[in-house]
Amino acid sequence: MTKQAFIKAVERERDGGSVLCALQIAQEAYGYINEFAIQTVADVFSVSQSHVYGVATFYHQFTFAKRGKYNIQVCMGTACYVLGAEEIIRAIEDELGIKAGGKTEDGLFSLEHNTRCVGDCSIAPIVIIGDKWLAKTTIRKTLNEIRKIKRQEEVRLP
Amino acid sequence: MNKKKLEQIKEQYKPIIEEKRAKWQEEHDTPFYTRQTRLVLRNVEIIEPTSVHEYIATDGYFGFAKALTMQPQEIIDIVKESGMRGRGGAGFSTGKKWQFVHDAQSETKYIVCNADEGDPGAFMDRAILENDPYSVLESMTIAGYALGAQKGYIYCRAEYPQAVKNCKAAIIAARKNRLLGDNLFGTNFSFNIELRLGAGAFVCGEETALIASIEGKRGEPRPRPPFPAVSGLYGKPTLINNVETLSAIPMIIFEGAERWNKIGSPNNAGTKVFALAGNITNGGLIEVPMGITIKEIIYEIGGGYAEGSKVKAVQAGGPSGGCIPASMFDLPIDFDSLQSVGSILGSGGLVVMCDKVCMIDVAKFFIKFSVDESCGKCVPCRIGNIKLLNILEKITSGRGEESDLCELEKLSKTIIETSLCGLGQSSPNPVLSTLTHFREEYLDHIHNRRCGAGICRELTTYEINEKCIMCTACIKVCPVDAITGELKKPHYLSKEKCIKCNKCVPICPVDAIVRV
Repeated sequence: MTKQAFIKAVERERDGGSVLCALQIAQEAYGYINEFAIQTVADVFSVSQSHVYGVATFYHQFTFAKRGKYNIQVCMGTACYVLGAEEIIRAIEDELGIKAGGKTEDGLFSLEHNTRCVGDCSIAPIVIIGDKWLAKTTIRKTLNEIRKIKRQEEVRLP
Repeated sequence: MNKKKLEQIKEQYKPIIEEKRAKWQEEHDTPFYTRQTRLVLRNVEIIEPTSVHEYIATDGYFGFAKALTMQPQEIIDIVKESGMRGRGGAGFSTGKKWQFVHDAQSETKYIVCNADEGDPGAFMDRAILENDPYSVLESMTIAGYALGAQKGYIYCRAEYPQAVKNCKAAIIAARKNRLLGDNLFGTNFSFNIELRLGAGAFVCGEETALIASIEGKRGEPRPRPPFPAVSGLYGKPTLINNVETLSAIPMIIFEGAERWNKIGSPNNAGTKVFALAGNITNGGLIEVPMGITIKEIIYEIGGGYAEGSKVKAVQAGGPSGGCIPASMFDLPIDFDSLQSVGSILGSGGLVVMCDKVCMIDVAKFFIKFSVDESCGKCVPCRIGNIKLLNILEKITSGRGEESDLCELEKLSKTIIETSLCGLGQSSPNPVLSTLTHFREEYLDHIHNRRCGAGICRELTTYEINEKCIMCTACIKVCPVDAITGELKKPHYLSKEKCIKCNKCVPICPVDAIVRV
């Protein structure tokens, strides 16, 4: 999205929408909330930047750094937790050498911190890698999927 | 659109629906489905979710057509008579809520559908919005007519992309077919609905926080009164109902209050949708009459759990609910009886737990959730929950003392009594209910430094059992050389050296490394 298009979209939200809606557009367009987005929303809505930043930090949906190419979400709903989601997170952390909330150095994977219930509890535990859903998954199945992506990406690189 | 057109469409599409329904029944001829009473879920998996014609063929919008011929007070009386209690968790009388908003004097009023289903382990609202979005739209339109509102908002969780997509499509189609918009059915009643997305904050399921979030602010709750029925969205009288509540209203208006109130138990009319999950053979959404026992749900509908393990407890009501032990499974499930044992019906999540689940770990899981989701506005919730978490961590790491249990109880009561909103007022429930029903497990952790379920890492040890095929995979991965042995020779695990990093467990091809 160009800067002009973004400003236009935020202006549309001013009439009938809200600061929150405008931030959601920014998150969608840029993959994270950057300084330009905060500034634009503040200007268009005639509120202070700290007000916009205050709204953005309140909600989990907004991130302030770009995610990896493949964002990994391990659902931490009750059903997934009971069926071993925490062990799966630990295994992924070990595999990628990052902590939950972090991103690998090559920017390939990021592991989301505390993913909220994705609402598919009857096929728990659930791990989402990029846009692929792994249902009734296990540590082994999850790590195999991650390694598969790693191999694919290595082939793609020169 | 008018009544005549509705009837034409119904005539045309009825055979299709009947065929689909018959096919569905044939394909779902198992106790899991036949034991249910599907009223709210009547159209789920049967109609094409975004087809307004198929919805009309299931008597859709006939409730609204009927409502337009009635006085607003008559409509509210039917809702009252049905005995409907809010399905969002608190169980407040829906008819009374409608009456409050109706009686409030204002030119502008709002109808809000609370679809911010944040409870982990609950997904009935998602299923309704994904599969039967028009039932919610019709219901909000009826409410708009009865209460004198012109605008409605659906506040949906952003984590449900499919529900958002289907809702958007349904709103557009409803506008196109003049089921939303100005002068509906040729009357002077106009109504519009807008979809708003949540942004991942559990507290926004609380009604005053939800209002703040629709207004685009931080989703922090405020003290009540004034209640939203008097001063809600943008300071105007606002009706806030849950998805499941709304979804049942068109049927109640069209077929009469008896359709609802002849089902269920005294003071708890109708059916309830539960999300059955966890250690259970058949998980999924089930709709059953209120007052059915937990035993019937778990064993007759859910099919129990895998042989060899015992169902220990069921957790109802998510982070605001509590654990009910197996000894109480004869308890009928409804708003009042669950409250009497320290749990709540909540939005209807039922997570079944077998003996491999540590109850203190579960309590810790929920308190961690509440700590993360506390908005931080009031002190008891912000600091109290962290203190609870610290004590639970102390116990699960093997440093607990018996006096900690008193401290947990005392602190829990203070948090419940002094918090600002429903989140803090109910967040200690998982601790209190496990303390009441599973005290011996706490004492086992404290006195014997033992976790019977083998979950709490500091209190368990690793062992290699007889399944071992001596492949050396674990030896290669162990960072501290705690496992010794050679290819095709027995492997040994030194408990002194082991740092319990769990790396060897997933690597073993035959699951021979276990925690005890």
